[in-house]
Amino acid sequence: MSTQRGMAPTDIFDVAIIGAGVVGCAAARRFALAGAKVIVLEKGADILSGASKANSAILHTGFDAPSGSLELELVKAGREEYLQIHEGLNLPLVKTGALVCAWSKAETENLEAIARQARNNGILNVQLVSAREALALEPGLSNSVTAALHVPDEHIIDPWSAPLGYISQAIALGAAVLRSCEVKSGQFDGTWKLESSRGAVRTKWVVNAAGLFGDQVDAILGLAPEFQIKPRKGQFVVLDKAAARELKTIILPVPNEVTKGIVICPTAFGNILIGPTAEEQNDRLRATVEHQTLQTLVAHGTKIVPGLAHLPVTAVYAGLRPASDKKEYRVINRAASNAITLGGIRSTGLSSALGLAQYALELHGGMDRDEFRQNEIPNVYMPNLAETRPRDWQADGHGEIICHCEMVTRREIEAALSSPLPPGDFGGLRRRTRAGIGRCQGFYCNAKLAEITRGSLDIPLAIEREYHK
Amino acid sequence: MSQSDVIVIGGGPSGVAAAISLRKAGIAKVTVLERESYLGGATRYCSHSPFGMLEFGRVHFGAAYGRRLEDEASRWGVDVRYGHSVVELRDKGHLLISNHNGLETLEAKRIVVSTGARETTRAARLITGDRPVGVLTTGTLQSYVAFHGMMPFKRPIIVGSELVTLSAVLTCLNHGARPVAVIESRKEKIAPAPLNWFPSMMGIPFHCGAELVDILGRGRVEAVRVQRGETFETLECDGVLFSGGFTPESSLFMTSGLSMDWGSSGPAVDQAGRCDNPYYFAAGNVLRAVETGGWAFREGRAVGESVAADLKTEVFSERPIKVTHDEPIKLVVPNLIRGGPDLPGGLKEFQLRFKRITRGRLTLLIDGDQEWSKHGTWRPERRIIVPRPRTIHCARTVHFTFRQER
Repeated sequence: MSTQRGMAPTDIFDVAIIGAGVVGCAAARRFALAGAKVIVLEKGADILSGASKANSAILHTGFDAPSGSLELELVKAGREEYLQIHEGLNLPLVKTGALVCAWSKAETENLEAIARQARNNGILNVQLVSAREALALEPGLSNSVTAALHVPDEHIIDPWSAPLGYISQAIALGAAVLRSCEVKSGQFDGTWKLESSRGAVRTKWVVNAAGLFGDQVDAILGLAPEFQIKPRKGQFVVLDKAAARELKTIILPVPNEVTKGIVICPTAFGNILIGPTAEEQNDRLRATVEHQTLQTLVAHGTKIVPGLAHLPVTAVYAGLRPASDKKEYRVINRAASNAITLGGIRSTGLSSALGLAQYALELHGGMDRDEFRQNEIPNVYMPNLAETRPRDWQADGHGEIICHCEMVTRREIEAALSSPLPPGDFGGLRRRTRAGIGRCQGFYCNAKLAEITRGSLDIPLAIEREYHK
Repeated sequence: MSQSDVIVIGGGPSGVAAAISLRKAGIAKVTVLERESYLGGATRYCSHSPFGMLEFGRVHFGAAYGRRLEDEASRWGVDVRYGHSVVELRDKGHLLISNHNGLETLEAKRIVVSTGARETTRAARLITGDRPVGVLTTGTLQSYVAFHGMMPFKRPIIVGSELVTLSAVLTCLNHGARPVAVIESRKEKIAPAPLNWFPSMMGIPFHCGAELVDILGRGRVEAVRVQRGETFETLECDGVLFSGGFTPESSLFMTSGLSMDWGSSGPAVDQAGRCDNPYYFAAGNVLRAVETGGWAFREGRAVGESVAADLKTEVFSERPIKVTHDEPIKLVVPNLIRGGPDLPGGLKEFQLRFKRITRGRLTLLIDGDQEWSKHGTWRPERRIIVPRPRTIHCARTVHFTFRQER
């Protein structure tokens, strides 16, 4: 079930990356590109099983990040690299732009400061617009908007294919990926010896990208505690694809101290997303959706974009952001013990991951050998899941359509199951193909998927005992 | 681009019946587009319900009814195309299709949409809790059993109290699963007997006024929390089955920008079964959830007749008026009325449903005058039929009033 290319018990890796969220995936790619022998250790049954599975899929500019912060620098670097590599990896970029909308006089006044900060942060093409101009830019908005800040370069990406693309490139360069692999302890005596639920791993360096467990992994490795994770839950509602007619732009609220607030935005898959909430909790695993909160999100969406009224809910989900006891990223370099922690990446990780990876390699000092030249980088071409590009159902010979809501073909599902990093669980299959995530949530296709995925998933869809027709 | 007189989207009972009645009326080229590889729609996996008594004079179960539809369609010379998914409804009867060849455009003089209904998902119900494997609907369970010989759980909790809930219980019992309980959040069950007594007879607890308030489970479902009045109970189970809460599969209308009726969640249709866009007609459970296969068949047949008559003239483009109604009426079908010639067939009666149980007087007003009135106790999800006056096409306003009475 996991990729373990060329790994023997005596192998010593250059870098072990703990955690295969978006940050871990990006780090694996960056180190592999630098020529390092990389191993990724992921506790979950699949990559992206923690914080990275649930976000708003926005590729941020950093316009509202704290000026002079590491976060701003890495969001900009990460975004820049995404823009460079996305075509090559066949990853989408939906150029929606964003409107930070004010709904009162007080908020209208706050927009000035946000515009100033954006320009300070080097985002020079932001523009304060009147209510009328905002409505011209986004006719779906409620006409009670009082003013807005237009941020043309905020974009939407596919939040699952991007990290999968990063780690796939690392695998193509020889990286090993162990899933269902929990790191239990680690000793450093010039090199690291990690004990995991899947055996011992020797490595020269450790990169802790454990997200919600970042502080605990530091402790397991015997590293001095420098931060504490404070999980922050975000609930989301996904509206039917019919809603996509009503909104083309990312609608952001005027943020407050705690959170960027509830976003209403298109997705690369042709839906409309409303969320996230920001709810502090202690539990690092349980991310429940709650009836009343979901109702509130739907009502909020309808208030801001009246055309969303009546449109059915396709999906609901919740995720935990690895916020820490401080607002900033907690990137810690312990050169004396060959350990780098990429912690507290609370909400901009999707945008900054590639930047964080560059920074981690810089802290590490780089490999002795030069980076691969472009023509040595193996070609990794991700299956497209975005509506803005041609999809498999539009091509001939796709076999049949299995998931009719999301138009997922048998060929796509079979390709995912036989890929170098096949899905470890049903969530992983959904994230790789979109199968079953649509409006009927598997009413029509779940049984077919149970049949096709038989023997492939950690938690099978059908129970063991079989019945005869 | 290939040309049909009429294309029917969806090969369930209503679609096939519409196609056959069009052929019987002498329409030359009638095409049914079916995305699966068989006809029958939902009847294919409803192994407990008898189908076909009224239309074919004998009873068929599950897939046998679908095969009967296939035989009838073939006998009447209907062009059935399997593996054809309609992606978009475009103006003037142009359709964007995906099939094994990739993309294709088809067109016809009229289109009948009969895409049926499905059960409301856990997501759309906005249910609290974790999102583990093992949460599904009756239709999904039935397709596990009917098509793949598999089961998704052994001890599910079943939510709902509609007729389909009985089918859910039976499917479980017949395939080695034993429901932990059946719960309904309303104070009383929606469906009448035998749902009233069957689960209890089998020793399965059936609670009304019991709400599912939490689903627990990291990988697979491990337990649910149920609230009854002031008390909360945790029930261990390995699955959650949401039964009923049917909703029309009307997404083609929504994504293509055709007019919807938000009471029924189906397309807005006039008394002929014709949509706001007059190239399109609709029949069967896409109009309103949910009726039996036999009802859908008769509705499809009648709408087929009106389409056949409509083909004799130019596309009828007169703007319809809207049928309006009071609370707590949930839906009225047809919900549009058009003037012009009264076509044969079509939707011969008004179908109404209430949102909740209530008692009082329901009245149909046409141009402000009382046309029909009845006092009674009205229950949710029960079919209510109001005769459609012959002169309805002359109406300027059509309104259903409701006055609550003791």
